Amino acid sequence: MSSLPMTPDSLPPSPHAADDVAQARYPVGPARRLASVALAIVALGLAWFLIGNPRFEWPVVANYLFAPAVLEGLGVTLLLTVIGMVVGTLVGTIAALLLMSDYRPGRWAANTYLWAFRATPLMIQLLFWYNLAYLLPTISIGLPFAEPWVQWRTIDVISPFTAAILGLGLAEGAYMAEIMRAGLLSVDQRQHDAAKAIGMTPRQSFFRIIVPQAMRFIIPPTGNQVISMAKATALVSVIAMNDLLFAVQSIYNRTYEIVPLLLVAVFWYLVVITCLYAVQSRLERHYARGHQRIAATVEAPTA
Amino acid sequence: MSISQEIPVRRKVLRAVNVSKRYGCYVALDKVNLDVHEGEVVAVIGPSGSGKSTLVRCMHQLESIEGGAIYLNDDLLGFRRNGDTLRALDARAVARQRRNLGMVFQQFVLFPHMTAAENIMEGPVRVLGDDTSSARKLAEHLLRRVGLGDKFDAYPPQLSGGQQQRVAIARALAMRPQVLLFDEPTSALDPELVGEVLNVVTDLARAGKTMVVVTHEIGFAREAADRVVFMESGRIVEEGAARETLANPRTERLRAFLSRVM
Repeated sequence: MSSLPMTPDSLPPSPHAADDVAQARYPVGPARRLASVALAIVALGLAWFLIGNPRFEWPVVANYLFAPAVLEGLGVTLLLTVIGMVVGTLVGTIAALLLMSDYRPGRWAANTYLWAFRATPLMIQLLFWYNLAYLLPTISIGLPFAEPWVQWRTIDVISPFTAAILGLGLAEGAYMAEIMRAGLLSVDQRQHDAAKAIGMTPRQSFFRIIVPQAMRFIIPPTGNQVISMAKATALVSVIAMNDLLFAVQSIYNRTYEIVPLLLVAVFWYLVVITCLYAVQSRLERHYARGHQRIAATVEAPTA
Repeated sequence: MSISQEIPVRRKVLRAVNVSKRYGCYVALDKVNLDVHEGEVVAVIGPSGSGKSTLVRCMHQLESIEGGAIYLNDDLLGFRRNGDTLRALDARAVARQRRNLGMVFQQFVLFPHMTAAENIMEGPVRVLGDDTSSARKLAEHLLRRVGLGDKFDAYPPQLSGGQQQRVAIARALAMRPQVLLFDEPTSALDPELVGEVLNVVTDLARAGKTMVVVTHEIGFAREAADRVVFMESGRIVEEGAARETLANPRTERLRAFLSRVM
């Protein structure tokens, strides 16, 4: 390009005075046209596979979709997801605080917990909790080598349900600890000073100032965890917990309609996870307040 | 100002006695003694790394001290006397002591998830237990006082640096502190925004607020402060009535510092 100094007067007049890019067209390249055709063919083939293949037995699927046993199993799956996540989040938050504290034995304990529960398969953990009575016939509270204050028989305490809650909740806590820790570290450390400066106690500072800001970073990975959890609950069928998968399994063990009944389970998992998506995006919008609005009023500060 | 003659009879509100602080082997504060009297405005000046920010942060117990003592109204800060020994207070007791001191930071540090008004109301409602409606009125009043009556519902990122700092001052005032501490309140601001913040601080000085202001603004120190304290290498090198000390420094080091910054 020439670097001649150009004043507005020396510019040549535009040959087309009506030029305006608002009216311009943006052509689609040949590669994209080809890809569109290919995608359409794949979509059609998939639709034909699903609709035209009689082995899916869609009428059987419709028949069992709202069967009482299936809905009951769905209820159990939802309940386990919610309780598992609540336990996991509470345990995870405590573990995260221990990991970040200056109390060294606490850090060791939390690290050991994370290590043990993340390094072993959830399926094995569930089986261990379910068979706890074999290793530990009685659960007692008291000092070691002394008469216990309270005592239970493990076999009475550990039902499939409590084993499922312990297994899912404690495994989840180990993953949630890392998410909570990352979220809490994402908050500017000066915010702690500002909270102290208005006389807040550590507890007030944590719940009013730090956690609401950490939420923006905690929610997306936690959404992932909830989705994993909703599906991981299917593992509890190995300890005879009557969740959604267990419900369809007990039906197809009787009727041998394996594929349509698995589709029933798939349908409900899809419904549950679609609802979770909606909840997550609402929560994300809520905790983005104060940040979202920057875009809307970007020119305000310069006024 | 004519008030300067009254200073000797005034009550000492905040006292630092032989305060020492180290970071590793680096000495940040070396036996610092400073009395702040009721209604007095003390400007703390000095080069970067002289310990002036550390001093106000220690006064607010945001940093621990390793030697000496700090008193607010004759109450020892951060410790409780137990016979012949001193015992460190727990976090809740320290939080209670902090309520009497306000702090304004260099980087404003507003709570980004709260509006300007919510930032100001947070302390009165959550810490002092005021009801929401009276805290709202207080927030409206304080925002008008710092010239931001129309920014009640603005979120911090929507405000300029100067406006954010004025909200931060209102937030500190809302706790009705006995002493306001400022840690370089204008150092993070664009030059054209420094004036609006200094005007608010000057107004507070005229209204008789007790304040300790760490600042690089020598003009402000001369106009608004009763007393100026010059620090270097963690020690107070010179102090005295603001106008006089800045006009006729007694030490060579203050003279050299003033010639560098003015």
